[in-house]
Amino acid sequence: MRPALRAPETQADRVVPPSGFTARLTSFTAGAMAFLAVFALALALAAGRLADRWQDALEGTATIRVSAPADQQAAQLRRVLGILSTTPGVAEARALEPDEQRALLEPWLGPDLPIEALPLPALIAVTAAPPGYDPEGLRMRLAAEAPGAVLDDHSRWRRPLVTAAARLRLLALAAIALIGGATAAMIALAAHAALAANRQVIGVLRLVGARDVYIARAFVRRFTRRALTGAAAGTAAGMAAMAALPSMDEAGGFLTGLAFDGLHWALPLAIPPLAALVAFAATRAAAFGILRGLP
Amino acid sequence: MIEFRNVAHRYGGTELLAEVSLRLAPGTFHFLTGPSGSGKTTLLRLAYGELVASAGEVMLFDKDRRKMTRDELALVRRRIGVVHQDCQFLDHLPLIENVALPLVVSGRTGGPESEGLGELLAWVGLAARAGALPPELSGGERQRAALARALILGPDVILADEPTGNLDWEMSLRLLTLLVELNRMGKAVLIATHDLNLIRAVKAQVAARVLRIRDRRVQAAGAEL
Repeated sequence: MRPALRAPETQADRVVPPSGFTARLTSFTAGAMAFLAVFALALALAAGRLADRWQDALEGTATIRVSAPADQQAAQLRRVLGILSTTPGVAEARALEPDEQRALLEPWLGPDLPIEALPLPALIAVTAAPPGYDPEGLRMRLAAEAPGAVLDDHSRWRRPLVTAAARLRLLALAAIALIGGATAAMIALAAHAALAANRQVIGVLRLVGARDVYIARAFVRRFTRRALTGAAAGTAAGMAAMAALPSMDEAGGFLTGLAFDGLHWALPLAIPPLAALVAFAATRAAAFGILRGLP
Repeated sequence: MIEFRNVAHRYGGTELLAEVSLRLAPGTFHFLTGPSGSGKTTLLRLAYGELVASAGEVMLFDKDRRKMTRDELALVRRRIGVVHQDCQFLDHLPLIENVALPLVVSGRTGGPESEGLGELLAWVGLAARAGALPPELSGGERQRAALARALILGPDVILADEPTGNLDWEMSLRLLTLLVELNRMGKAVLIATHDLNLIRAVKAQVAARVLRIRDRRVQAAGAEL
């Protein structure tokens, strides 16, 4: 008679009894944390995109407001355009048409605005060319040659937004780090519970000559696999939820732009292996800690 | 192979063993007797390194147990077959996997010992119970399975704590005959038991030394044995 034994790796896995509660806890924790990690990752990427977009806009555009008596406005406008045409770093300078000015004011003053009847300043949209113009130098030239012209490079209101978006990105990255830490802590806790509940198993394994690394490996494999499958399910659910969000092209706002973009869809795929890595390290540390403490 | 040098052991302030000197050399056969609670199991646990002596030296294959690393102890335990009084199995694994456990943990599942697994199970009369879980086994079956597990790696030393406690007389004699055979092959055997008939049966076959624990000390047993 030659009884069949399972393959050594399978046998090593089987020495740890199926531990329902801790196994379910590990899978659930990894799944939930992976789900949250997908959102945190999306938030980090979206905040990054937003910060970049605002930064580009900040660096690339400006407005010059020309306020002058009605009979001088056209002359001042031409003068300012002349100055801009000779200013290094300015790619384009264009006076806004009345229709464009009307569109800008429409949200506040309503349609059919008799714009010609209002003493409004003329506006010039300036587009910068890399590496950009010198705003202080331009301001000084305007003050000297066209006193009614005021350069607004948008920095007053865009810069805090860029800073906020950059901090939001940092917060999202910190959230990912916290999620990783919390996952490690929860899985270590579950591994501790499993090891403590299996002292008798550890005693038997030691009795028959198992080395600590063998015993630890049996637990580590179990928990790593659980974390991997749990995180894969959580990531899949998170990605499905992201896919269900409105496309960023439809509305263009920040919240609708939260979904992943292009190749960024591949990034969440790194979450399950990372969760498995975290589980591996946490369980290994917990297992050797417990085994060292046992006689 | 295993040597106690003036060993004492205390637990919680109580001295369980004192001045124990004992040598389990290749080919020796020892019985250890004494009333319940006299320290027989403690001495066995010291002999396979589960406990560390409070004083004196326990030498396991020429290494002081106190100075051994966990890995060294694990390797030494593969050379010591232990039959526990309470058998100690992994209850979620079938009998055959429990018996093969020493092969699995030592990475020798593909070796000649694996081939002898069926033969060993047949010898202890458990071939038909190979797929049963330990809780489904009777006390005698568990004890025979524990013996098979202790022998699967061909150990140099066999330590048995009341190995025939749950066996009928016929099975007890078969087990002892096997232990005697192994002893003749050069293995050291130490059996803790209070079954005097068993001791007499073995002494008829082999020159066994009988030790008794009295007042925490190990002494040669009297003439009644």
